[in-house]
Amino acid sequence: MGLSFNNETCSGCKACELVCTLQNMKEINPSRAMLHVYGKFPEPGKYFVDICDQCGICAKECPMDAIELKGRTYRVNKDKCDKCLACVPVCPVNLVKIDDDGYPYKCINCKQCASICPRDALIFE
Amino acid sequence: MLYGYAGNTLRIDLSTQKIEKEPLKKEWVDDFIGGRGFTAKILYDENPPNVDPLDGENRFIIAMGPLSGLFVPASGKTHFCTKSPATGGYGDSNMGGHFGVNMKYAGYDVTIIKGKAKEPSYIFIDNDRVEIRSAKNYWGKGSMEVEESMKKELGEDFQILTIGEAGENLVNFACISHDFGRQAGRIGIGAVLGSKNIKAIAARGTKSIPVFDPKGLLKKGKETYEACRKKPGFKGWTPEGTAGITNWCNDVGALPTRNFQTSNCDYADKINGKAILKELKITDKGCFACPIPCGKYGYARTKLGNAYVEGPEYETLSLLGSNCELDDIHSIAYANYICDELGIDTCSAGAVVSFALECYEKGYISKEEMGMDVKWGDLDSIVHILKSIAKREGIGDILALGVRSAAEKIGHNSDKFAIHVKGLEWTGYESRNAPGMMLGYMTSDIGAHHGRCWVLGSDVATAVGGDKNATVHDLISGDSRFDTIPRAEHKNVVPLVLKSQHLRPAFDILGTCRLQYMEIGLETRYYEELYYYATGRKMDFEKDLLLLSEKIWHLNRMFNKREIPDFGRKYDYPPARFYEEKIPSGPNKGHIMEFAVIEEMLDTYYEARGWDKNGIPTKETLERHNLAL
Ligand code: SF4
Ligand code: SF4
Ligand code: SF4
Repeated sequence: MGLSFNNETCSGCKACELVCTLQNMKEINPSRAMLHVYGKFPEPGKYFVDICDQCGICAKECPMDAIELKGRTYRVNKDKCDKCLACVPVCPVNLVKIDDDGYPYKCINCKQCASICPRDALIFE
Repeated sequence: MLYGYAGNTLRIDLSTQKIEKEPLKKEWVDDFIGGRGFTAKILYDENPPNVDPLDGENRFIIAMGPLSGLFVPASGKTHFCTKSPATGGYGDSNMGGHFGVNMKYAGYDVTIIKGKAKEPSYIFIDNDRVEIRSAKNYWGKGSMEVEESMKKELGEDFQILTIGEAGENLVNFACISHDFGRQAGRIGIGAVLGSKNIKAIAARGTKSIPVFDPKGLLKKGKETYEACRKKPGFKGWTPEGTAGITNWCNDVGALPTRNFQTSNCDYADKINGKAILKELKITDKGCFACPIPCGKYGYARTKLGNAYVEGPEYETLSLLGSNCELDDIHSIAYANYICDELGIDTCSAGAVVSFALECYEKGYISKEEMGMDVKWGDLDSIVHILKSIAKREGIGDILALGVRSAAEKIGHNSDKFAIHVKGLEWTGYESRNAPGMMLGYMTSDIGAHHGRCWVLGSDVATAVGGDKNATVHDLISGDSRFDTIPRAEHKNVVPLVLKSQHLRPAFDILGTCRLQYMEIGLETRYYEELYYYATGRKMDFEKDLLLLSEKIWHLNRMFNKREIPDFGRKYDYPPARFYEEKIPSGPNKGHIMEFAVIEEMLDTYYEARGWDKNGIPTKETLERHNLAL
């Protein structure tokens, strides 16, 4: 349940990365997005998108229990977080990122990427 | 605060190894907006007059626009500019992919490179870190090979542009390659990098671009993507991309065939968009932020070998395909791959190879000079000629100059079928029955390129009595099969040509692809609004942007006058084939572009532009546009 990716249709446009940062951080900066688009070229000639599937590994690693499950989504609770960043290296897809104040941030299932994707390659179920 | 821009110019002097970052000039932003506007202004102001294009002093400029890299459909075009080794005049060429946006995220709207590196080098840019590094391990290698190994060395998130062997060997139509299949193809831009000893540029940018109203841009951006999605062309045009036009061009007698001898072939179904989807395609491949990915990445299988390749898109299909009588989609794709690896523009390649094949057929090039017995439609022959050009071996050394100079050296009146304007080879639209299209090619600032003007639809419409405002789409989807097409009307083409010449390059100013507007009909008001939320400035597409686009037209004309000693009207004529030889076959059989019509169109065009009889902007015209040159 949540976000899933179908690489049959993705054309590598990164509109999903753009909307992710503009929506959530009011910034134009795809490198800070909470998902990551990349191509494998010349072979096999396909695009891939790493997404957070809310696996909870980051939450388990957190010594402060600051990454809390709300509904289906793991969210960083900044009030509890002491910025130790133990959650960052454990994410299997490298998608716990660090904001300007040194706090970790991650995908919050805002669904914007799925709704902007012109190729319907990201689906939210 | 300058919104919508990264705010800096990067200056690199390869001879002294001096690297400087300076604030983006406000007068450039105020008067020239971005992209092509910047490059026209900078090249005129900063290039030393009459410099040899392959001299270190010739500037190599990269410019982004105010919408580049933003949450705007297809904001990923990179604009390059230099004095062209092909034409000796103003040259620019642009490329899709993800390179330029990384330059902007790294902080640079404009990059100006001059000088010559002492040894083969590449430029490394990682935000503020800019270095000139040795490219010894990469020199002599193919474009995609270099891109793949550089990404391994530096990281997947670096965006790489490279030249191939053709650029290293200063071929006049060497291109820049990027993203495993995207090129800045035209005007010999790759040769200028080669002349500076630069094999590649690797860039990564991870900074934010400040925008005036992020919330407004988010809302308007979403609306714009949604508007694209609702256009019929979103689903109708995208699957085949530019290749979708192949059959229409053939049916209306505009498909260059056998070095532009004729304009129609009997194998269009074998080399069209459907053939690509059926035979080659692996994935749709688009540029940054593009909702309608025109790239078709696939796999070609031929007797010479197999290859991964993006394309062929329409220009390649027509120019390496029917224009060389290559009637097999795998072979065209393979020739495309060879061009990409060698770093040769597929448009000029198709025109040069077909010119060589015709010279050979007529006995103007001997078998010894050619190095083998070459034939029309033969992949071996075509690949042989391409490699001899890139390596500058045998006749390839002369062909590497492009058809204009090659014809001068080969003689025998071969200039009559050297298909170019101003030294730049013609692209994929045979125009003997398309007066507007012909005039557009003739008067383009960089030479015979369709990127400046495309009015084939209205030309055909006047010929077949249809609606002048019919879009390409209506014409494609309509039943456009004719036995013989009547003469197209030339009387009213000038306003249409002017409009197209201002409209198409306008997107090169903003920093977006034009195809969202051209192919699926995204309205210009979206660009006005997105521009406002990005920059905080108001812009009227017609009154401001198209006026600037016109101003650039005069500026570039003056650049050409300054740089080309006897520049004027005679540089606007098409090759004699188009006014001396009747089209021998197909729906336009018997048609010719009479020289009197060419002269009449030029007179009308110059007058409308405010240029004198020799095609030079008058003092009043320059004053009207505040151009104190
Ligand atoms: S951020 Fe990474 S570790 Fe945390 S839930 Fe998402 S995928 Fe799992
Ligand atoms: S928006 Fe869709 S097509 Fe574009 S990169 Fe993201 S997943 Fe792929
Ligand atoms: S339409 Fe094609 S060229 Fe234009 S941005 Fe999209 S993929 Fe790139």
